[in-house]
Amino acid sequence: MYDVAIIGCGVSGASIAYRLSEFDLKTVVLEKENDVAMGATRANSAIIHAGYDPEEGTLMAKLNVRSVDMTAQLCKKLSVPYAQIGSLVLAFSAEEDAHVQKLYDRGVANGVPGLRILSADEVHEMEPNAADTVTSALYAPTAAVINPWEYALALAETAVVNGVEVRLNAAVTAIEKFDGGYRLTAGGETLEARYIVNAAGVEAALIHDMVLPHTFDITPNKGEYYLLDKSEGTRATHVVFQCPSKVGKGVLVSPTVHGNLIVGPNAVPCAAQDTSTTADDLAFVRTMAAKSIPSVDFRQNIRNFAGVRPNSTSDDFILECHDGFFDVAGIKSPGLASAAAIAEYVENLMADNGVPMHKKERFVDTREQVRFKSLPHQEREALVKENPLYGRVICRCETVTEGEIVDAIHRPITPRTVDGIKRRCEAGLGRCQGGFCGPRVVEILARELGCSRQDIDKDKTGSYIVRERED
Amino acid sequence: MYDLAIIGGGPAGLAAAYSAYEKGLRNIIILERDKELGGILNQCIHNGFGLHRFKEELSGPEYAHRYIEMLRDTGVEVRLDTMVLQVTPDKKIFLDSPSGYACIEAKSIVLSMGCRERTRGAISIPGSRPSGVFTAGAAQRYMNMEGLMAGKRVVILGSGDIGLIMARRMTLEGAKVLACVEVMPYSGGLTRNIVQCLNDFDIPLYLSHTVTEIRGDRRLEGLTVMQVDENRRPIPGTEMEFDCDTLLLSVGLIPENELTRGAGIEMDPRTNGAYVFENMETSIEGVFACGNVVHVHDLVDFVSDESARAGAAAAEYVQNGAVKGEFVRLVNGADVGYTVPQKMHRDTKADKIDIFFRVRSVFGKSQVVVSSGDTEIQVFKRPYMAPGEMQHIVIAADKLRDFDTITVTAKEA
Repeated sequence: MYDVAIIGCGVSGASIAYRLSEFDLKTVVLEKENDVAMGATRANSAIIHAGYDPEEGTLMAKLNVRSVDMTAQLCKKLSVPYAQIGSLVLAFSAEEDAHVQKLYDRGVANGVPGLRILSADEVHEMEPNAADTVTSALYAPTAAVINPWEYALALAETAVVNGVEVRLNAAVTAIEKFDGGYRLTAGGETLEARYIVNAAGVEAALIHDMVLPHTFDITPNKGEYYLLDKSEGTRATHVVFQCPSKVGKGVLVSPTVHGNLIVGPNAVPCAAQDTSTTADDLAFVRTMAAKSIPSVDFRQNIRNFAGVRPNSTSDDFILECHDGFFDVAGIKSPGLASAAAIAEYVENLMADNGVPMHKKERFVDTREQVRFKSLPHQEREALVKENPLYGRVICRCETVTEGEIVDAIHRPITPRTVDGIKRRCEAGLGRCQGGFCGPRVVEILARELGCSRQDIDKDKTGSYIVRERED
Repeated sequence: MYDLAIIGGGPAGLAAAYSAYEKGLRNIIILERDKELGGILNQCIHNGFGLHRFKEELSGPEYAHRYIEMLRDTGVEVRLDTMVLQVTPDKKIFLDSPSGYACIEAKSIVLSMGCRERTRGAISIPGSRPSGVFTAGAAQRYMNMEGLMAGKRVVILGSGDIGLIMARRMTLEGAKVLACVEVMPYSGGLTRNIVQCLNDFDIPLYLSHTVTEIRGDRRLEGLTVMQVDENRRPIPGTEMEFDCDTLLLSVGLIPENELTRGAGIEMDPRTNGAYVFENMETSIEGVFACGNVVHVHDLVDFVSDESARAGAAAAEYVQNGAVKGEFVRLVNGADVGYTVPQKMHRDTKADKIDIFFRVRSVFGKSQVVVSSGDTEIQVFKRPYMAPGEMQHIVIAADKLRDFDTITVTAKEA
C-alpha cells in the first residue's frame, strides 16, 4: 500500500511529488500519458508571472508572488533554463493607462517587488520595437521565462531519485474508498493508497467525481501560439503583454528561454484534449501581436501549437482536502508560476490533515545535465575525450550531441518517444523541427531501448513514425 | 594550416575539392558531418543525374561515387562524422567529432553545406500535430537509406522535385499516393518529373490548392485540401477531404547558412545565401561558397560546375592572392527573382561570366535581357521559362566590366 498516490504528472503533480519526496512517504505518481508534462505544462506561454494580475486575497495572488523566488531557486539547483527578463504590460489609450495603474496598485497590494509605471519614452528605450502608439506600461522586473516541461521533468526526475515511483500509461479509471485508504485502477492495474492528490489537469473534475460529490467543472480553454526562429528572438527583450480589451485578454510577445520568440495565445473554449490550431485563430494572434510589436516577421515561424488551460468554474485555484483526498484542480494561469508554492501549500495541507510528515535522512535536491553547446571550448574538448559520443552532433539546429541524447534516455524517467527526447535535451526543437535529426533520434532510441524503430512513437502512444516495408 | 578547408562533402564540396586539386593545391581537407561522402545524393537512388556533367544517366550514389573515385589518389584529406560548429572571419574552424573537438586553420575556405527543407511551421498549416507529417527528404531517408515505410496512404503538398520523386518512390513501394497539391498555379518542379513521377502513375496534381487542415490526435488521419484564389487564400466551398496516414511536404528548400552568418559574411535576402562574386567568393576574402548553400539548384550537374569554379578560385587565391579592386553589381530586374553572382570583379581574369537566376512566373517564348540603364548589352532567346527551372546565361566579361550595375530582366517575346 502506498502512502500517497498523485494523479497527474504535469507541473503541479511533479512539484508535489518533488516536495513529498523529502519525506518518509511511499509515493506513486500516476500519469495517463507515455511521458510526464504532456498536458498544459508542455504548451503554454512559459512565463513566471510577477503576480500583479490575480485579485488581491486569492490563493492565486498569494501563491504566485511567493512562488517567483522559489522557482528561481529550484531552477538553479535542478539545472532548468530560467531567465529573469522582466515583463511589460503595454497601454495604448487613456483607458488602458488607467488599467495599468490598477494593475500596479493590485501588484503592490499582492506584494510584487519593484513594480514601476513607465512613460512611452521609457518603454521605447527598454523595448525599441514596441509600437509607436504605446502610451504607458507597467514594468515588473521579477517576471521570468522558463523551460516549463524541463522544469516539470526535473522535479519528477529528482522525485524519482528520492524514491518516488512514476507510472506512465497509467490512466486512473476507477477509485474506490475503503476504511483507511483508496483502491485505484490505473492503467489496468489495481493499487492502494492512503491519500490521493488529484492533480489531473483538464481531467481533474472527472477524478474528483470518482470519489466526492460534484463541486466544480473544468472548462478547458485553448490558447494558440506561434514559435518563431531564433533570428526573431531579439524582436522583444521582455515579456510584452497587452491590457485586456473587448476582443480578449490580449496576446503576448516574448523571447523564450531558448532564444526563440513566442507569440500568443488567444483564448477559446474547447474539448479537453483539443490542441489543434485554426487559420482564423492564428490570424487573430498575428493581428493582436502586431499591435504591440508591429515588426514581428511571421515568415520566420517554425511551429504553431496550442495548449489547453484547465480553467474551472471557480475563480481561484482549488486546493482542498476531503477525507484524505486532496484536490489540486483548476490550476489555470498563473499555474506554472505558482507551482512551487502550490506544492508547499499542499504539503502543509497534508500535514494539517494528519498525513505523517517525517523528513528523510537523505534528500537529493540537485540535478545536473550536460549541455554541450553552452560549454567553453576547453570543456568541450575534455568532454569529447572522455566520451566520444559528445563528439557527434545529431541535432544541427540546436547543436545537441549523441552523448546528450543517450544521457536523456538513461535518466530516471525513460523517454520512449522522439518528442520525449526533444523535451529532455532539445534535439528537434530548432528551425528544421527534426527534419534532419528525427531519423537519427529514432535510431538511437531503438538502439538504447533495445526495440525496433517501428516501436518508437513521435509523441503520444499510437503516434508511430515508420512501418516495416511489405515485401 | 591547410591551404583549403571545404565544409560539406556533398556534390558541391567534392567538385570544389577536385577542381582545387587540379589547379595545383595539395593541402586540402573536406569536413563532412555524415559517415560517408556524397551528401543528399546518397538518398537519391533514382536516376537522372549526370546527363550534363557525364553525358550519361546515373543514380545519386553513382554520381557521388564518380567524384569520390576522382579524389581517391589525390591525397585530399577527408574527415567524416565531423560537424563544423563555427567559422571565424580569420578562417579558424571549430569542429566536433568523436575523434575530438578541435580548431583547425586554413588559408582558404569553401562553404558547401547545402540546404534544408522548409517545414510545416514555415507555412503554418493549421490543425492538430500528429505523426505522419514528414518533409519529403526525411521520408526519402527513411525509405531509401533505412529500408522503412513512411506511410501507406499519402498526400504530397508542394510539387518541388523531391516531392515528385517521392510520389513515384512511394508508389513503387506499395503506398497509395492520393494527390499532389500545389498552392501555385504552376508546378515548382521540373517538367520531366511531373511527367515521369505523377502522370505515369495517374497521380492527380491539384494546382492552386493547399492543405488547410491536418487531423489526427496520434497518427495523421486525414486532411482538408482547398482551392486558393490569386492571393493564395482558400476559397470556401472547395473543400476536398483525404483519408490518409501520411503527408509529405515539398514546399521549398532553404540554404543552410548558420555558419556563414556566424562568420559575419554578407547575406542576400533574395537567395538566403551569401552575396558572391563571379568566382564564388563571399564578402570575406578567401572564403568561397558554392552549390545549394548559395542558391537552390535543380540539377546536381550545375552544382558541380559552379563548385568547380569555387574550387579553382580558392586555388587561385592561395597561389596568387585575392582579386582586388572595384566590382560591377548584378541585379534582378522585372520578373527575375535573383541573380548569382551578385557581383563581378571589374578586373576578373575570367573570359566569360555564368549568370544563374530564376524567373518569377511562367513564360512562353521569351527573352532574357542583360542591360545597364538604357544600354542593352545582350539578349538571350528562350522558348519557355518557369520558376521551377533555374536559368543560366553565359556572357563575355568584357561586355560587362565597364558598367557599374547590370540588370537581368525577363519578358515575353
